[in-house]
Amino acid sequence: MSQTLRRGPVTGTAVKKPPAKNKPFLLDLYATAVGKKYVMAITGLIGIGFVIAHMIGNLKVYLGVVNEGGERVYDADVYGEFLRELLVPILPRTYALWGLRLLLIAALILHLHAAYTLTLLNRKARPVKYQSPRDYEVANFASRSMRWTGIIVLAFLAWHLADLTWGWVNPDFVRGAVYRNLDASLSRIPVAALYVVANVLLGIHLFHGTWSMLQSLGVNSPRFNQWRKAAAAGVATLIVVGNVSFPVAVLAGVIEFDGDAITCCVEGEHK
Amino acid sequence: MSTLTNITLKVWRQDGPDEQGRFETHQIPEIPAEASFLEMLDFLNERLVAENKEAIVFDHDCREGICGTCSLMIDGRAHGPQHGTATCQLHMRTFASGDEIVIEPWRAAAFPIIKDLMTDRAPLDRIIEAGGFITAATGGAPDANLIPIPKPVADASMDAAACIGCGACVAACPNGAANLFTGAKIAHLNLLPQGQAERFQRSEAMVETMDEYFGSCTNHGECEAACPKEISIDVIAVMNADYLKSKLKNRKSLSRT
Repeated sequence: MSQTLRRGPVTGTAVKKPPAKNKPFLLDLYATAVGKKYVMAITGLIGIGFVIAHMIGNLKVYLGVVNEGGERVYDADVYGEFLRELLVPILPRTYALWGLRLLLIAALILHLHAAYTLTLLNRKARPVKYQSPRDYEVANFASRSMRWTGIIVLAFLAWHLADLTWGWVNPDFVRGAVYRNLDASLSRIPVAALYVVANVLLGIHLFHGTWSMLQSLGVNSPRFNQWRKAAAAGVATLIVVGNVSFPVAVLAGVIEFDGDAITCCVEGEHK
Repeated sequence: MSTLTNITLKVWRQDGPDEQGRFETHQIPEIPAEASFLEMLDFLNERLVAENKEAIVFDHDCREGICGTCSLMIDGRAHGPQHGTATCQLHMRTFASGDEIVIEPWRAAAFPIIKDLMTDRAPLDRIIEAGGFITAATGGAPDANLIPIPKPVADASMDAAACIGCGACVAACPNGAANLFTGAKIAHLNLLPQGQAERFQRSEAMVETMDEYFGSCTNHGECEAACPKEISIDVIAVMNADYLKSKLKNRKSLSRT
């Protein structure tokens, strides 16, 4: 054992002086991984809020036909029109809705960008993988598959918009006729299956996402910490049960469009 | 005294930082169950030296779980299958006769392999240098309990201070993040009155130094499971909260625009 170990230059001994901070506050914060996690958490929270509100709004389909101004219309259609007329007359029609949509689009873009850059950072942090199998103890399927559930849910989102917002892939699309379009789309069994699968994946994403969000935001109190995982499970269950019920209800005939029963709306106008 | 027989070791051998590494298989025909894991490696090394072969290089020092020098990824787990202990506190009785044990060094860009199972964990020192200290008056020893600290606060701080800086959190993290280490150091000092003077400078400097070397946290919790001192990932939440606060406060107090 005559050999001596040669090691490279010492990684550095002096404390690096922080560079002069002249970036705007938010960009400065976003430059670090912890800051990016704040962005992931806040944009994720916006997403969770949207998904819950969307699910609750969809429950309107179970109210069926209502009497609105002397006309028999589907309550879901009335709700759709309500969203377009949000804050009217303070704002012109659809302005408030577009404001909310822009918020969601911005949140989605930031969420994706932060996820992408953090993933690159993480790959760089371990360029040589473990050469023997790892034995993960607590990392669960949800936490390990965030990237994949996220990408699949994103692809589903594109389909969902093409199906029920733009009507490109909907066999019988009438703009503004929420109930009719929903029935037309989900009556196709493969499409109903797609909605079920996508929503289960969304639930898995939200299970880890909700808990992770609380941790990233530094929400830490000995009184509540034990409830964080339970809250995450609650959010995920709520979304999955609510959203999966729609394709099931359509296939079971609970939701069935009946053109004769109503005077429907086209282009958001009640005829 | 019970004895284990026929242990097969698959050990990572690497001649230098830039050399190609490989697994090498060694047989341990007989080992007392009371031997520690590192003693088992010592036995093997004595045999290798007697056979005129090169001994396996691994980190170790105090061998009682307080110095944080030993490492080793044993069967895919940092510090081996036993919870709440470092590799040096792991004993062969944890294994069974005929077992195959795979030993790998910790892998992270920040921890380059020096040789075989030994890695350079200096980036953890860089994080400490950035803020892991307090300013204290020198001179005669101060009276005990001169600064009153509520017991639960002292306990929380002490739990974080248990960190021995071994780097198991980085090794276990799927992302190679050092958030548990940095969080423990920040929580340890930021919770105490003595740590308040540098609290916000510390939080910002340590997090940003960590950023230069390590990955990011995705809240799997693997670090907590691997930590030989069982430090809770709650310290990461403490760090996250204090980092945002420090970004705001430092801006104000240092008049950064």
